[in-house]
Amino acid sequence: MDRPKPGSRRRPAELWQLRLYVAAQTPKSLTALSNLKKICENHLRGRYRIEVIDLVEQPQLSRGDQILAIPTLVRKLPQPVRKIIGDLSDTERVLVGLDLRAAPSRARRSKRP
Amino acid sequence: MKNTPPKSVSPAVRFPKCPTGISGLDEITGGGLPRGRPTLVCGGTGCGKTLLAAEFLVRGATQFGEPGVFMCFEETDAELRINVASLGFDLGGLVRRKKIVIEHVRIERNEIYETGEYDLEGLFVRLNYAIDSIGAKRVVLDTLEALFAGLPNEAILRAELRRLFRWLKDKGVTAVITAERGREQLTRHGLEEYVSDCVILLDHRVHDQIATRHLRVVKYRGAMHGTNEFPFLIAEDGISVLPITSLGLNYNVLNGRISTGIPRLNAMLGGRGFFRGSSILLTGTPGTGKTITAACFAQASAKRGERVLFFSFEESPNQIIRNMRSVGLRLEPFVKSGLLRFHATRPMQYGLEMHLAIMFKEIAAFRPRVVVVDPITSLIAAGTDFETKGMVTRLIDYLKSEKITSLFTSLTHGGHALQQSEIAMSSLMDSWLLLQDFEGNGERNRVLYVIKARGMSHSNQVREFVISSRGIDLVDAYIGPNGVLTGASRLAQAARETAEALDGKQEAARRKRLLERKRATIEQQIAGLRSEYEADEVELKRMDEQVGARARVLSSERTELGRLRHADALVTAGADATGPNRIIEND
Repeated sequence: MDRPKPGSRRRPAELWQLRLYVAAQTPKSLTALSNLKKICENHLRGRYRIEVIDLVEQPQLSRGDQILAIPTLVRKLPQPVRKIIGDLSDTERVLVGLDLRAAPSRARRSKRP
Repeated sequence: MKNTPPKSVSPAVRFPKCPTGISGLDEITGGGLPRGRPTLVCGGTGCGKTLLAAEFLVRGATQFGEPGVFMCFEETDAELRINVASLGFDLGGLVRRKKIVIEHVRIERNEIYETGEYDLEGLFVRLNYAIDSIGAKRVVLDTLEALFAGLPNEAILRAELRRLFRWLKDKGVTAVITAERGREQLTRHGLEEYVSDCVILLDHRVHDQIATRHLRVVKYRGAMHGTNEFPFLIAEDGISVLPITSLGLNYNVLNGRISTGIPRLNAMLGGRGFFRGSSILLTGTPGTGKTITAACFAQASAKRGERVLFFSFEESPNQIIRNMRSVGLRLEPFVKSGLLRFHATRPMQYGLEMHLAIMFKEIAAFRPRVVVVDPITSLIAAGTDFETKGMVTRLIDYLKSEKITSLFTSLTHGGHALQQSEIAMSSLMDSWLLLQDFEGNGERNRVLYVIKARGMSHSNQVREFVISSRGIDLVDAYIGPNGVLTGASRLAQAARETAEALDGKQEAARRKRLLERKRATIEQQIAGLRSEYEADEVELKRMDEQVGARARVLSSERTELGRLRHADALVTAGADATGPNRIIEND
């Protein structure tokens, strides 16, 4: 059940709106941003927009997207909204989380330590 | 409710406390929660964690000028507002006036994909922002454990929680963190590991189908605290914790006396009624007039202009008022004027502790001078004997410390257990009246005894207790060889005695008359005898004279004879007395 649709279903013209929440320029935040850029270039070239929000500067924005963990990547578009937490170092899981790739059922269910 | 507030060691090292404003809780904790530190409130589902936390914030904002942040992980702020509105708290208004910030944190696990290292800085940022936006001094995190369900990586979560509590302390806010009760430990996820300053455990127990909430301060680092379990209730105006351990026997006593409402009963109690501030037990079998006696007392108190609180566990106020009208007791005017207040609940409605809590609350709110509990035995249904005694002890201690006179009616079953069953309770009471009924001659009559009345001379007599449409009256009962006579037997006896008394009177008069007559007769007789005697006397005198005359005649005759017979001189010597006899013998 709940098997993600294959990424190929997405029309290529669709614009991906991604928002990365960070808190100051911490190593984790920087890692996350560089990982995100890498993934987007590889999979969404030309059809993505990344918005970085630093909650230290704009704490009031944390409420809207219900941010707890830092860093958090929010896929605003396409709908539905998806949230990916962590420094995005596990590319496979990022792709699954962004619904760019069908999750291997084992990987999807396993809890990472 | 002045429950032994723990004394601080010395002012210099006094632990700074943050008053919760929750009635009773500050007494138990000796002033409130540890200021500037987190407190863990744990308990099972529906035991009032959220409400306690909410009240802590609301009271802080409204009474102590300390704004607060309510961070909720389970309810939305709209839900929370509705929930605490049931306690009479206008959370919305406080939010508008920037006294309280409600921060709803929503975690949907299926929305979250974990892709590497992260921390909960977002939570810190949000909390920090909320605190700084209103200058909050108090923070509630309800229920932090939702994080465990929402975030997959427990190792990160635990590290972050540790950091969070440290951070809260550094921030200097007084925090309340709620947590679900765990099976083997205080909280399901072992939050007590991080919060080491103060842990409060809430409990919602069901005993005999009656649920009672309890609160216990499990731990309070650096301060003494009440360690007992205290019942608490959630009412329309917030949470009340009842530090109802016994208050001890150091209350002041009053010497004033107050009327029982029954003149004859006052007379039995040294002429002046009960002591003010004393506790009175009124026991009796069913239908012996306990409620009426209690109502009499209540009415008399209200007549003096004293407030009376009447706890009824059997009848509705209207029913009591109606029934009392039939015996000439008018209670409505006092209810209307606010001097008499009824509080009627079914015993099974709450647990014993809850009843006590509600009674404390009512008493504290109404501030009566007289309290009637009718009947206290109904409450036994809501608890065990031991609990009931404990409860009555606490109630009486409280009433005495408040100098409130209290009257408890107690229903007993007939037979020998009548007095035994009351022993537990009676030792707490200053006065004990017993109402009993006597069966005989096809009728049932009530009698009243004063079994004890501490500190006053009281009658040892049994009185018949007569209830009529004019009210209660106590009548001397007859005690005869066949036992106590009451009712018709007493009337019959009275009639008999009256008749006997009348008979006696008539007899006396008759005897008197008889005696009079006798005296008159005797007097007449005496007069007759006297006249007879006088007649005799006269006769005797006459006879004497006759004898004398005859003697003289004889003597002269003898002299003459002697002279004629030439008698010698001897004869002449005794001639007066014996002369004639001798003369006859000699003849």
